[in-house]
Amino acid sequence: MSDHAPTGFIQKYIFSFDHKVIGVQYIVTGIIMALVAAALAALIRIQLTWSDSGLMQPETYLAVVTMHGTLMIFFVISLALVSGLGNLLIPLQIGARDMAYPLLNMLSYWIMVPACIIMIVSFFVPGGAAASGWTAYPPLSAVAEAVPGSGMGQTLWLLAMALFIVSFTMSGLNFIVTVLNMRAKGMTMRRMPLNIWMFFVSAVLGVLSFPALTAAAVLLLMDRHLGTSFYLPEGMIIGQEALDYAGGTPLLFQHLFWFLGHPEVYVIVLPAIGVAFEILTTYGRRRPFGYRTTVYSLVVIWFLSMIVWGHHMFASGMNPYLAEYFSISTVLITLPFAVVGVNLLATLWRSRIRFTTAMCFGLGLVSAVGLGGFGGLFLGTATSDVYLHETYFVVGHFHLMIGTVTFFALFGGIYHWFPKMFGRLMNERLGRIHFWMTCPAMLTIWVLMHLQGMGGLIRRYYDHGEFTYAEGLGGLNLPITLLGGVLMLGQFVFLWNFFKSAFAGEKSPDNPWDSTTLEWTTPSPPGHGNWQGPLPDADRDPYDYGPNDDGSDFVSQGSPQSA
Amino acid sequence: MTNHELILRRDRSNRLITVLIVAITTMLFAAFTGAYLIRRTGADWSPVRLPGILVATTAVIVLSSVVLEAARRRDSSRLLLSTLGLAVLFLVGQLVAWRQLADAGLASADVIHGMFISILCAVHAVHLIGGIIALTFAIRRPALLSAVTMWWHFVGIVWLYVYVLLSIG
Repeated sequence: MSDHAPTGFIQKYIFSFDHKVIGVQYIVTGIIMALVAAALAALIRIQLTWSDSGLMQPETYLAVVTMHGTLMIFFVISLALVSGLGNLLIPLQIGARDMAYPLLNMLSYWIMVPACIIMIVSFFVPGGAAASGWTAYPPLSAVAEAVPGSGMGQTLWLLAMALFIVSFTMSGLNFIVTVLNMRAKGMTMRRMPLNIWMFFVSAVLGVLSFPALTAAAVLLLMDRHLGTSFYLPEGMIIGQEALDYAGGTPLLFQHLFWFLGHPEVYVIVLPAIGVAFEILTTYGRRRPFGYRTTVYSLVVIWFLSMIVWGHHMFASGMNPYLAEYFSISTVLITLPFAVVGVNLLATLWRSRIRFTTAMCFGLGLVSAVGLGGFGGLFLGTATSDVYLHETYFVVGHFHLMIGTVTFFALFGGIYHWFPKMFGRLMNERLGRIHFWMTCPAMLTIWVLMHLQGMGGLIRRYYDHGEFTYAEGLGGLNLPITLLGGVLMLGQFVFLWNFFKSAFAGEKSPDNPWDSTTLEWTTPSPPGHGNWQGPLPDADRDPYDYGPNDDGSDFVSQGSPQSA
Repeated sequence: MTNHELILRRDRSNRLITVLIVAITTMLFAAFTGAYLIRRTGADWSPVRLPGILVATTAVIVLSSVVLEAARRRDSSRLLLSTLGLAVLFLVGQLVAWRQLADAGLASADVIHGMFISILCAVHAVHLIGGIIALTFAIRRPALLSAVTMWWHFVGIVWLYVYVLLSIG
């Protein structure tokens, strides 16, 4: 790391080595990608609600759904929440001047940028964007003639994902080494904020599971461009023409994909839970309930999440005995996850809540974890999943877990740590309007989708008009779409608040929330190297809240331990 | 923090990130192994004999590890250069092997075992090239040598594994 602060605009804000600038770059990039993904969501809702309006062709609908999922999971949440907040917070909370490898960090971001551009460009190539789902299942993703999006669009999708994997893996390596090797004096693993634990385990999961997708993608590219049959079985017919493939199986791709795909859920949900712990403790003015059980559960989740991927494939015709194994291991994971969820809730027990916007989103997050976790029980068990798998129950479920939980963490995190990004505070009144336009609408939408799913409304269809049984269920589409409109309007309030506050918000003191963790001992915003003097020592527990003898309400982790 | 402590910390970071990259690469080859074991149960599977020259390249890569270990212990840059030479020799041998496969018509899309041979050799070669680049850096910055050596031995072991896996046909 260089010891002198960079002075030129380009070194300071564009090709910056500073983890805080890189964190903000990820967050802003994520916000831009979120605008695209949200516009796609609006198209989906309009199509479903007014199916006969002729807005789009079936294949266009598939492309829109595919890109909405891909962008939201990889290019919004992974970018803004995991890489964005992770970069901003890890060095600040463990008492380091920067990441272990600042150059690698800068490269990670600048490899992500072309990935984003390629994804966007893929809308405009002949045939349009990829249309095989965010899961890119063959044969749709493997045979160029399958649907229009299977041509150039899919190739660009794979290229962008390859860059994403490289970038995200490099970033994950940096996270792990930084957490293990750059902690301040006194910051033992057991004194790390829970947030850091979550980002750490998320990074380990990410780097260990993405290689499976890499291998899957290499073989998929062979099938696409060299005519091999890794995933393509014999006897496929497109149009009137029999295709010359033999011996492959699409199930192979599904296994490889979900070996990544399931841990990826935890890669983005765990940091969200970590952010929730920081918010609930700070604004609840108390220690997290069960720090140690949370960490132990986290380690169990880490292990289990890598061996349960098959529950995404119950409807694929897998051997029932194998499905039984995946059911049992999936239901097992609810045990440690319930411990973490209960610890979140119990942290509120006898807390002295200060209602800020960040806290509102923290509380909303806890509700979403509860609701989403409950629906997960039905999908983790093969017996009920086979019925629910192709329905809106699944859509409602995963939007609660990897949509709502993560977005609420992102929002809460941005309101909470805004002073460490820009040295200013976000407007609380606008924040509250944002929250009330977001939380009730979002939770209601997904609950209604669970109801549609239980009634048997099939997902992935661009029009349900053919199904008479679905008429009543389709009636719920209008309220869902209207709530979606409210939700979307609310996000413009957030955008206005974010950019206006970044430049002209109220100046923030160093520790506006009376919080204990080390990042609040830096100036707002922290300068180059984070701490002006020597690095702080972490002499205490990270969550020393509660009335003290001297009448204060909290003690910073960096304060010297009294004799 | 003193300069000495900073250097120690950087060394530890370098070793740590190498261990992590070893873990990631292990997962990558595990995924390919899964694909290989599943795909070989397909009806169209017909095993291909590995080109004989692969025995020679295997010997070369093992030798390169031995030489690198000696270079590290004796602090000899001449031996480091020999290691690089052996690595290049290995890569040339791999290319010759692939040429032989291709000439026999076994590197085409419908010979799936042949495709696995091509892919796994190529993926392995990419990791070895990474090692070669790292080693050229380490010649000028000896502090990197312990991390690079760890990687080098790992890439050698991966090759032995890949060779055995592909030999089962």
